[in-house]
Amino acid sequence: MKKSLKKFVDAIGIDMRLLGMIGALIMLWVVFDLVTGGRFLTPRNLFNLSVQTASVAVMATGMVFVIVTRHIDLSVGAMLGFIAMIMGSLQVYILPEYLGLGHWSIWIITVIVGILLGALIGAFQGWIIGYLAVPAFIVTLGGLLVWRGAAWWVTQGATIAPVDVTFRLLGGGSSGTLGDTLSWAFGIFATVAALIMMVQSRRRRAKHGFTPKPLWAEFALGGIATFLITGFVMIMNAYPLPKGAVKRYAEANNLEVPAEGLFISHGIAIPVVIVLAIGVMMTIIATRTRFGRYIFATGGNPDAAELSGINTRLLTVKIFALMGALVAVAAVIASARLGSVGNDLGTLDELRTIAAVVIGGTALSGGIGTIHGAIIGAVIMQSLQSGMAMVGVDAPLQSIVVGVVLVFAVWIDIVYRKRAGL
Amino acid sequence: MNKQTPLIELKNIELAFGGVKAVDDVSIDLYAGEVVGLLGHNGAGKSTLVKVLSGAYQADSGEIYVNGERAIIKNPRDARTYNIETIYQTLALADNLDAASNLFLGREIVNKFGFVDDDAMEAATRKIMGRLNPNFSKFSSPVSALSGGQRQSVAITRAVYFNAKILIMDEPTAALGPQETEMVAELINQLKADGIGIFLISHDIHDVMQLCDRISVMKNGKLVGTERVEDVTDDEILAMIILGKNPEKKS
Ligand SMILES: Nc1ncnc2c1ncn2[C@@H]1O[C@H](COP(=O)(O)OP(=O)(O)OP(=O)(O)O)[C@@H](O)[C@H]1O
Ligand SMILES: [Mg+2]
Repeated sequence: MKKSLKKFVDAIGIDMRLLGMIGALIMLWVVFDLVTGGRFLTPRNLFNLSVQTASVAVMATGMVFVIVTRHIDLSVGAMLGFIAMIMGSLQVYILPEYLGLGHWSIWIITVIVGILLGALIGAFQGWIIGYLAVPAFIVTLGGLLVWRGAAWWVTQGATIAPVDVTFRLLGGGSSGTLGDTLSWAFGIFATVAALIMMVQSRRRRAKHGFTPKPLWAEFALGGIATFLITGFVMIMNAYPLPKGAVKRYAEANNLEVPAEGLFISHGIAIPVVIVLAIGVMMTIIATRTRFGRYIFATGGNPDAAELSGINTRLLTVKIFALMGALVAVAAVIASARLGSVGNDLGTLDELRTIAAVVIGGTALSGGIGTIHGAIIGAVIMQSLQSGMAMVGVDAPLQSIVVGVVLVFAVWIDIVYRKRAGL
Repeated sequence: MNKQTPLIELKNIELAFGGVKAVDDVSIDLYAGEVVGLLGHNGAGKSTLVKVLSGAYQADSGEIYVNGERAIIKNPRDARTYNIETIYQTLALADNLDAASNLFLGREIVNKFGFVDDDAMEAATRKIMGRLNPNFSKFSSPVSALSGGQRQSVAITRAVYFNAKILIMDEPTAALGPQETEMVAELINQLKADGIGIFLISHDIHDVMQLCDRISVMKNGKLVGTERVEDVTDDEILAMIILGKNPEKKS
């Protein structure tokens, strides 16, 4: 039985670590669902979970590259706060003066400025690390203090509210979702894209005369992908808008609300779409571009990378710039979700992000890590926290549990790696 | 002797690590189609000298000439533009990547969209590996899972794949079995016939005497002397290595 399972897993080409993570996540969900008497695995809670995970998940994808190259970025939480403050002032105080309140381009300008600022800050820190050879731990520890302080200076500590109306949609409130039709369209698009990619990969390998995966394995994999995507869309569509939002929706669409109410689906939240898009983009970068290849080579053996003609210093700058840009995206999601920006936004997010990446199977010793692992790691972390909050575990115990789980997960990973001879 | 311009000339190279002169005023040259052996005790400065040529180190002073023209080699990228390829003593492989990714590291095959084409690289790796080490079969494992000799095969393959004009081999057969060593010897002769110049570092005097045209001996960072193999015996070379004296001066 065990052997045949391993054979099956080998044949479809999913690695055991990924399977272990998914197993752990499902176990966590089932346990919380049992303990809360069925309140955890509801469309409503899973929707909230997906939205709450988004900001850290986006940063986690960037942190994978940072950690794979044997660096660390402790400044992401503070950077998130600073960038969010700048974006907040821009869209609340500055842009409306020139464009008028609620102008359509406000959110676009804000997001672009935020991402550029993030990339710039990241590049600057990366330059100190790469070219001046100050360890990343120190540079970003300094960054943590600097950007948190700078976030306060932007408004002398005052909270900025409310953010632009369109900007808010990026945070996934009750109107910041795709709705049922678009969610289905998104699901179908994702499924078709996944299947096309599988077929193409098979064709490519056949062209070079490599032995392909058995056909049944391809079908199994395709089936699993289709099932997961469809299931996700169905769950998100099963969560209806609350009454107030339905009324607004009905007014906007000239609908009559019957006495028994209307069932309008949330559908997939916009921040989740952002996470998935970034996840795909970062996976392509990691596995299909030279930049990604150099990141992993440098993490595996920095000297070898340098001797192979890779400019590892410039690479460091690029990695941290990318990290910074992703922090800005996370800042957009986080501030849009709250609808306001306080100068403490993002506090401790660096630790959540690093924990997610490490639980997701990225080795601090460098060279090993995956984007999808980091995203699942973020989901595990958030599930743990939301679940405990739902059960009613007090905050101090919550942090104790999270800490223990983190160490335990990494230990399991080390044991696994030794066994697998990696 | 050779009237043509040398492929490589290293002139008065000096390089110190802290206070230690690892390479002290060494001048050697290399002609096309020639194998020059570098011999010397451990720590004599052989690896350091060739690393100056491969761009891993920059000399404190001295000059490098390629085909008679002054060459500025500041990093390994510069060396590659002069078609200088190196098999490092440490092999310089990224352990977490597979053989194909290592072979093409820094020079990946990309498709028309600019994405790396792993399948094409694996196919090319299989092809060349089939010629150099037919027993090699671990194409999808990371090189950390390979034996010492298999890793060395990957490093050798990488150096010869990209049409090197100048090849630096720093103890290329140290981890190889007799059959694989024999294949590397064949490879060296074949590359030589193709007009490639080779610096070969080895501790095996017998090997060096068989494969090389000239031998340079180093001791404590200094060049003891350079001899044509037909002019010296194994014992004389051994004496140069151990005593640091030229045979002519002795007789
Ligand atoms: N990166 C370094 N930093 C400091 N000293 C070094 C470094 N590399 C080499 N050395 C020193 O320079 C000298 C020459 O070393 P090198 O590696 O060139 O010797 P070698 O002739 O290649 O020896 P072997 O036969 O053991 O490979 C030695 O004394 C060594 O300790
Ligand atoms: Mg050496």
